[in-house]
Amino acid sequence: MSAAAPPARATRKHLFDLADWTPAEVHALFATAEVMAQVLTRTIKKVPALQGYTVGLLFFEDSTRTRLSFDRAARAQSADVVTFSAGGSSLSKGESLRDTIQTIDAMQADLYVVRHPAAGAPRQLSNWTDASIVNGGDGRRAHPTQALLDAWTFIRNYRGADAGRIEGKKLAIFGDVAHSRVARSNIELWTKLGGSVTLCGPNTLVPREFAELDGVTLTGDARAAAEGAHALMALRLQKERMAAGLLPSLAEYAARFQLRSGLLELADPDALVMHPGPVNRDLEIEGALVDSERSVILKQVEAGVPVRMAVLYTLLVGKR
Amino acid sequence: MSAAQETRLVHKASLMDQLGVERALTRMAHEIIERNRGAEQLALVGIHTRGVPIAEHLALLIERFEGTRPPLGKLDITLYRDDLTEIALQPIVKRTEIDFDVTGRRIVLVDDVFYTGRTARAALDALIDLGRPDVIQYAVLIDRGHRELPLRADYVGKNVPTSRSEVVKVRLESIDGDEGVDLLELAA
Repeated sequence: MSAAAPPARATRKHLFDLADWTPAEVHALFATAEVMAQVLTRTIKKVPALQGYTVGLLFFEDSTRTRLSFDRAARAQSADVVTFSAGGSSLSKGESLRDTIQTIDAMQADLYVVRHPAAGAPRQLSNWTDASIVNGGDGRRAHPTQALLDAWTFIRNYRGADAGRIEGKKLAIFGDVAHSRVARSNIELWTKLGGSVTLCGPNTLVPREFAELDGVTLTGDARAAAEGAHALMALRLQKERMAAGLLPSLAEYAARFQLRSGLLELADPDALVMHPGPVNRDLEIEGALVDSERSVILKQVEAGVPVRMAVLYTLLVGKR
Repeated sequence: MSAAQETRLVHKASLMDQLGVERALTRMAHEIIERNRGAEQLALVGIHTRGVPIAEHLALLIERFEGTRPPLGKLDITLYRDDLTEIALQPIVKRTEIDFDVTGRRIVLVDDVFYTGRTARAALDALIDLGRPDVIQYAVLIDRGHRELPLRADYVGKNVPTSRSEVVKVRLESIDGDEGVDLLELAA
C-alpha cells in the first residue's frame, strides 16, 4: 500500500554488454549500488535478498578480482554460489562448451557469470540455458561490470566542478586499447552517459576505427590526451605484446605513454587517476601515482562488490 | 500497486480526516511516552515510504510533550522481503538512514498500515541486523487485520475491520499533499 516509487517491470535478463542499456537504467543500477555499499559498511554485511537463488561462476579464463567480487556480491545477498574454473575441469579433457554448460546446468543456477577468452561466448551460452547470463569479460569484446564500477567510482569520488555525473567529463585512456575489453566497455558507457573519451597509445595498440565513434578522439600525444581530462586511466600493458612486434621496447613505451605525475598537471585540477588492475608499476603508470591521493585505484576494487551486487539484484529480482 | 490497478479502485468510505489523524497520533505519542516512562533511550524508525513522515510527526509530538526529541531513522525493508523469489515486479531499493546506534535503544518501528505482518517481519530482521536494541515496539496508524504471522502492534491509531478485496489508503501531507485515510474497494 505504500510504494512511492513504482516497482519496475524487470525486463533485463542478461548483461552481455552495455550497448542497449539506457542512461536511466544505468543510473537506477548505480542507486541500487549505493544501497549495497551501505549494507557492506554494517557489522552484519549480509542481506537475505537473494536467498534461494544460486549463482554459478563459470571462469574459462583466469581472474582474481572479478571472480572474488562476484562471489562476495552473491553471498552478501545470501545467494548460493557454485564455482567452475576451466583449469581443473573436463574442458581440458576435450568436453565442448555446450556439454559443459549442460552439465553445470544440472546444478540449477539462476544466473551464470561467464568469463571466456572467446568474444561472444556469454551470448552463445545463453542459447543453451534458461538462466540469466552476466558477462564477466569475453575476449577483447566487453567487460561491462568493470565499466560500471569505473563510472560509479568516478561519480562518487570526483570532487571538482559539476561533480556527481559523467556528462561533460573527459576520460583519457592510456595504453593497449586494442587488446582491452575494459577500454571497449568504458568507451561505450562513458559516451553513453554524455562524457567524452580520448584514447592515447602507439598506433599499433590504438585501432583507427575507434575515431569513428561519437565522443571518441585518438591521439599519439600523451600531453594532449591529459589536457583538461577529469579522469586518467592507464590500461595494463601485457608484456607479450612486445614479443608480438607491436612495441619496439618497454622503455620506449614508458617514456612516451606512461601515465605520470607530469601529465596530471595538465589535467583538470581535481582529476582522478584510475587503473582497472592488475598494475605494472612504473610501466604503464608511474608507481608513485598509484598510491597518490588522486588515485582511486583501490576504490575501483572496492566498488566491485556493491556494483556487482546491484547487477545480480537487478537481473534476478522480479522475474517470475 | 500498478497504475492500471489503481484506476479500478473505487472509494468506499472515509476512515479518518486530517483532524482524526492528528488526534490518533497525539494519543499514540502519549502512549509511547507512558509505556517507555519518558523519551529517554527512545528512538523512532519509520518504514519506507509512509512510515517515515508518520514517525517524524510522532517525534514532534513527543518533543512537545516531553521536551526531548527522540532520534529518527528511516528503514527500507526491500532486501528483507520474503517474496523476492516470487514477484514479477522489481521493487526499487531505497536507502536505510539510521544515524544512531540501535544497540541499547528502545526502538519504536512506525508504519502506516498493519496488514499481513510481512512488512513488520522484514523490518524486525532489517533492524536486528543493525545491532541489538533493548526493546522493539511497533506503532501503526491503521490496523486492518488479516495477519499471516503471529505479530501484533503496540500502538494503533485505529482498528479497521476490512475484507481482503478492500484497500486502505493513507494520505500524508509531505507525500500526497493532504492528510487522511480512505477505504477503497477493487471494482469487480
